[in-house]
Amino acid sequence: MTTITFKSVKKRYQKTPVVHGVDAQIQSGEFVVILGPSGCGKSTLLRMIAGLEEISDGEILIGDTVVNKLEPRERGCAMVFQNYALYPHMTVRKNIGYALKVAGVPKLEREDRVMKVAQSVSLETYLDRLPGQLSGGQRQRVAMARAMVREPKVFLFDEPFSNLDAKLRVAMRSEVRRLHRDLGVTSVFVTHDQTEAMTLADRLIIMNAGRVEQIGRPSDVYHNPASRFVADFIGSPAMNLIEGQFDAKGAFNHGKGGRLSTESGLALAGRKITLGVRPEAVRRAQAGSNGAVAAVVDYVEELGASRLIYADADGSRLIAVDNGTGHLPSGTKLHFTFSEQDVHLFGEDGRRIETHASAARMAAHANKTINA
Amino acid sequence: MERRAYYRNKGLPWLLIAPQLLLVLVFFYWPTSQALYWAFTLEQPWGGGNTWVGWDNFLSIFHDKEYWGTVVRSAFYACCTTALSMFMALTLAVFVDRSLKGTRAFQSVYVWPYAIAAPAAGVAFRFMFAPEAGLIGAINDIWPGIWNPAINGYQALGMIIVCHSWLGIGYNFIFFLAALQMIPRSISEAGAMDGARPVRRMLDLQLPLIAPTVFFLLIINLISSFTDSFGLIDTMTEGGPFGSTEVMVYKIYFDGFKGLDYSGAAAQSIILMLLVVALTFVQFKWVEKRVHYN
Repeated sequence: MTTITFKSVKKRYQKTPVVHGVDAQIQSGEFVVILGPSGCGKSTLLRMIAGLEEISDGEILIGDTVVNKLEPRERGCAMVFQNYALYPHMTVRKNIGYALKVAGVPKLEREDRVMKVAQSVSLETYLDRLPGQLSGGQRQRVAMARAMVREPKVFLFDEPFSNLDAKLRVAMRSEVRRLHRDLGVTSVFVTHDQTEAMTLADRLIIMNAGRVEQIGRPSDVYHNPASRFVADFIGSPAMNLIEGQFDAKGAFNHGKGGRLSTESGLALAGRKITLGVRPEAVRRAQAGSNGAVAAVVDYVEELGASRLIYADADGSRLIAVDNGTGHLPSGTKLHFTFSEQDVHLFGEDGRRIETHASAARMAAHANKTINA
Repeated sequence: MERRAYYRNKGLPWLLIAPQLLLVLVFFYWPTSQALYWAFTLEQPWGGGNTWVGWDNFLSIFHDKEYWGTVVRSAFYACCTTALSMFMALTLAVFVDRSLKGTRAFQSVYVWPYAIAAPAAGVAFRFMFAPEAGLIGAINDIWPGIWNPAINGYQALGMIIVCHSWLGIGYNFIFFLAALQMIPRSISEAGAMDGARPVRRMLDLQLPLIAPTVFFLLIINLISSFTDSFGLIDTMTEGGPFGSTEVMVYKIYFDGFKGLDYSGAAAQSIILMLLVVALTFVQFKWVEKRVHYN
């Protein structure tokens, strides 16, 4: 089986650096999703594994082999491209079998393997069609079959579902999951879609502006974002991020004279802090109850199962997930509360600041996952 | 539903196409009608108008062994020129396509030869290929007398073929490069991931995808080598030595203006015209074959 190791991998185009040194290890048989906004260097990183981009600095190892100088064909990777990149002049059969033909596999064996792979993605009745005569989902499956037929050591996916409609995307997601379970091949999947990333990944590598922000299991990343960027990027609706400062009494001053009382702030007095709390951790509270924050409803987004209240708390935006019903016209005054344990603090550099409360939450979460 | 724009003013459309129509009339239909007239008539020995001779001019051409010699030579010339020019252009285009830096510069540099008038290129190549002083003539210093297109017909023909191909490379290059760049890059990358080396990728993936362009250029080059060779041959060899570079278009000129056999020359030019029309027809019929991009 095959691991992939990045040792301070860098990429420059002429003088412009786009990947600033990535260190990571992907375990054998693991499904890793590289997630980040467009232009963060995630595709570049994937293409460096594939051998389609030169590695400017550092090393990539597949298994124990440094692959920096190897041609794509010598690396044992197969790739599914964003626009499928099927050979438009070849039938589905020839598309899937091309790699085998190039490798000099005898015709009979080739036919056999193409058929088997085609069956596993239910394409066997389309083998004599041209890509142009297939639907988007079918093309996507041809692209996957083409990658699978070579029995590669590593699967690379470069935003493969971005051209599909939402429903098909969900279907393909579970198909990829199933294939990975059946084949157990080390897979690297690049996407900017966090839902896709969260549902597919064993582990996530979250990138921003050419740097790795955090590596971890989806739930770790969600519950303990390592930076302000990750906190903002993961989760929908995004985490409430409130800029402010702790005063000498440990109260958090923000917006236009807003105050939040917390216990964790004493040690951080005077520093510029971003306080984060997930909308689903914000609850409605009675006026006057302990620690309640007053806010004025801006507007409400109805989601069906629940609704999102967008409110203004003394000049800071506060979003809360609410299960209640009843009309909430804008301008309604409400009170919200959240528990100390759900608070994330980020310093001026955007990195996470550990507090007693967050450490306690982390321990609780770790226990939960171990028990699970 | 078909959408069309109509002119309210009946005269305006005619006015708009008049310049083009006039050009075509003066430079194509009128000469062609004259050629047709000459091809089916013969001028009387002592003047006094032409007499109708029907197919006689054509028959005498078809019975002329020398004419068939020119036809074979023209075909050979056309095939060699086209193959050489397209192969060179494709090779250059593939190189430029693979490393995109400075593509624009190459595009303009390679197209320059196309802007050179054939006679000018002919004179330049005559100097280069001159046995006594030219670049190629240098091999005569090593093996005296081995290179002399003035007496060796094959060398003379080869010299013109090289020159004609060179003139066409730029034009072909532009088309090839454009076609290659139309192919999504990821297709070639997918080929690389599938283990195909660059040459294999070119043969299996790129070439089939630019087939329509190849076909278009094939016809254009064939037509050009049948008709545009006159300027080169006239400046470089004047059909010699011993008629070994006399192709169809040059024979028309020679028979007509040097031999003063207007009727024979006219009949020959009608044949050449039909050949070009046939090639063009093939092109129109086939070039609309489907193109394979997604």
